[in-house]
Amino acid sequence: MYESLASFAQTWGMLLFIALFLTAGAYALWPRNQQKFDEAARVPLEDHDRPAAADEADRTHKDRNDG
Amino acid sequence: MSAAAASNKTGFDASAMVVAGLLGLGALWSLISAAAGADAAIRVHAWVIGAGFLAGLFMMARIYGDGGLDNDKTQYNENVIKAGVIASMFWGVAGLLVGVIIAFQLAFPALLSFDAFPQLNFGRLRPVHTSAVIFAFGGNVLIATSFYVVQRTCRTRIAGGIWPWFVFWGYQLFIVVAATGYLLGITQGKEYAEPEWYADLWLTLVWVAYLLVFLATLMRRKEPHLYVANWFYLAFIVTIAMLHVVNNLAMPASLFGARSYSAFAGVQDALTQWWYGHNAVGFFLTAGFLAIMYYFIPKRAERPVYSYRLSIIHFWALIFIYIWAGPHHLHYTALPEWAQTLGMTFSIMLWMPSWGGMINGLMTLSGAWDRLRTDPVIRMLVVSVAFYGMSTFEGPVMSVRAVNSLSHYTDWTIGHVHSGALGWVGFISFGAIYCLVPWLWKRAGMYSKALIEWHFWIATIGILLYITSMWVSGIMQGLMWRAYNSLGFLEYSFVQTVEAMHPYYIIRGLGGVLYLTGALLMVWNVYKTIKGDVREKDEAVKPQSAAIQQPAE
Repeated sequence: MYESLASFAQTWGMLLFIALFLTAGAYALWPRNQQKFDEAARVPLEDHDRPAAADEADRTHKDRNDG
Repeated sequence: MSAAAASNKTGFDASAMVVAGLLGLGALWSLISAAAGADAAIRVHAWVIGAGFLAGLFMMARIYGDGGLDNDKTQYNENVIKAGVIASMFWGVAGLLVGVIIAFQLAFPALLSFDAFPQLNFGRLRPVHTSAVIFAFGGNVLIATSFYVVQRTCRTRIAGGIWPWFVFWGYQLFIVVAATGYLLGITQGKEYAEPEWYADLWLTLVWVAYLLVFLATLMRRKEPHLYVANWFYLAFIVTIAMLHVVNNLAMPASLFGARSYSAFAGVQDALTQWWYGHNAVGFFLTAGFLAIMYYFIPKRAERPVYSYRLSIIHFWALIFIYIWAGPHHLHYTALPEWAQTLGMTFSIMLWMPSWGGMINGLMTLSGAWDRLRTDPVIRMLVVSVAFYGMSTFEGPVMSVRAVNSLSHYTDWTIGHVHSGALGWVGFISFGAIYCLVPWLWKRAGMYSKALIEWHFWIATIGILLYITSMWVSGIMQGLMWRAYNSLGFLEYSFVQTVEAMHPYYIIRGLGGVLYLTGALLMVWNVYKTIKGDVREKDEAVKPQSAAIQQPAE
């Protein structure tokens, strides 16, 4: 039991982790994602004073907040 | 608005019933344990725990007698964050104070050990210090900032009605139970995981609630992007849940007693413990506080993070590498050598994500470097990232087996931990609190910018005194332990090394006093700000000015 689990972890497990990590790296570096990341990076700078639903329900608030 | 808010009360809903049920069960368990517990310690401890549960039930009766909690979906829930900020400062000062006391106990053991009060001796106060600063101070900062950041970046009110409050108060109860247990001598003897099985079980409930509240808020988000800080918070919450549950697997000796037996033994126990211990550093003290870095530095500097791509790579590299580094705590032990080498290799690989993250945080200021001079809060945040870089450089060096043979069991380790804890975790938390207080209480700025300057410089000098004295003391200690004379005998007896360290222990204690003084200045500054005595309008608080013009309606 130990032997088979260990050999699985040391081969396929390792390959799986490397593949997952490479996928994450490719996702981060994929050129087409650039615009998405630029927008995401601005999220903390554009946060509003009230949740989004409140802004839609109450336009005057949104205008005041943005102004 | 006030009429609308009144109709937004939750009433005694299903969640409230579940929470009341949990509190009731806890109170019942405490009553039985206090009356007929299996050992003397639990019969005392259960009174403290029972008082906590009863206080919770009392609070609920008052709130739900009045119609329930406020649940206005058009507003963020900021009260639970305000409570978190205040709790952070309380536990921060308490934890630092105990740290100063035990530092002087080590410097002057004859003077400061009390035979009549075993509760106050070093062995019991030391876990009070570590748990208070890491879990009570750090944990409250993380819970408060995560609740703030997840609401703001998802543009939705936090989910779960009573559950965020259950998380907050449940966590405070855990801290009180843990700390009073240590004073009574209740411990399972695992470093940073000292609380016994019943405290662990309670923390598991609280933590699962935390995870569900966080996930439910993420799922409700109105923002298409999931900002990177939320990824770090999520990794912190999920991983701490896993580490806590596995490391604390144990069988209680009695259902109404303080003692339990770990599911692990021998070297497996040691490896599980340091898998837990090192990843508590990696995911509690690193990933969680990196989330703070990724929100508060861009926010305060008013510019987006230097590279969003780097932040994604930083995240995944940290996740994939950190989890393997634990065995470096067990060099030259019964742990198989290949496992030690694995831990060492992954520790060295950690340089890359650590420094990638540091560069990302620091470079966010490019084009705004003048803010370092004018804004002490930015300076605090940036110096904290610099300390992060420094201690994540030092850590991998110390994990190399040859270096570890000199550094292990010496004060060098203590110095390393404190450059990360005081410099990185402490400063980024203080910086976040200085940002949050004016935002939450809708003030134009902090009461006094000069006091923030004083806090910064006093605390920085305190850290430098602390870490330099521990470097000298630790390396000296390591060299004295391994010194041989010409006949092959050890050159020094153990007590000679202790004697040689005495001056450095005093310097370390003074460093702690300075750091504590800085924290007290912050408490005063925050108190005056909350009271509304704001002296000057702080330009740096501008990004939230909409909140200030528009007081609570």
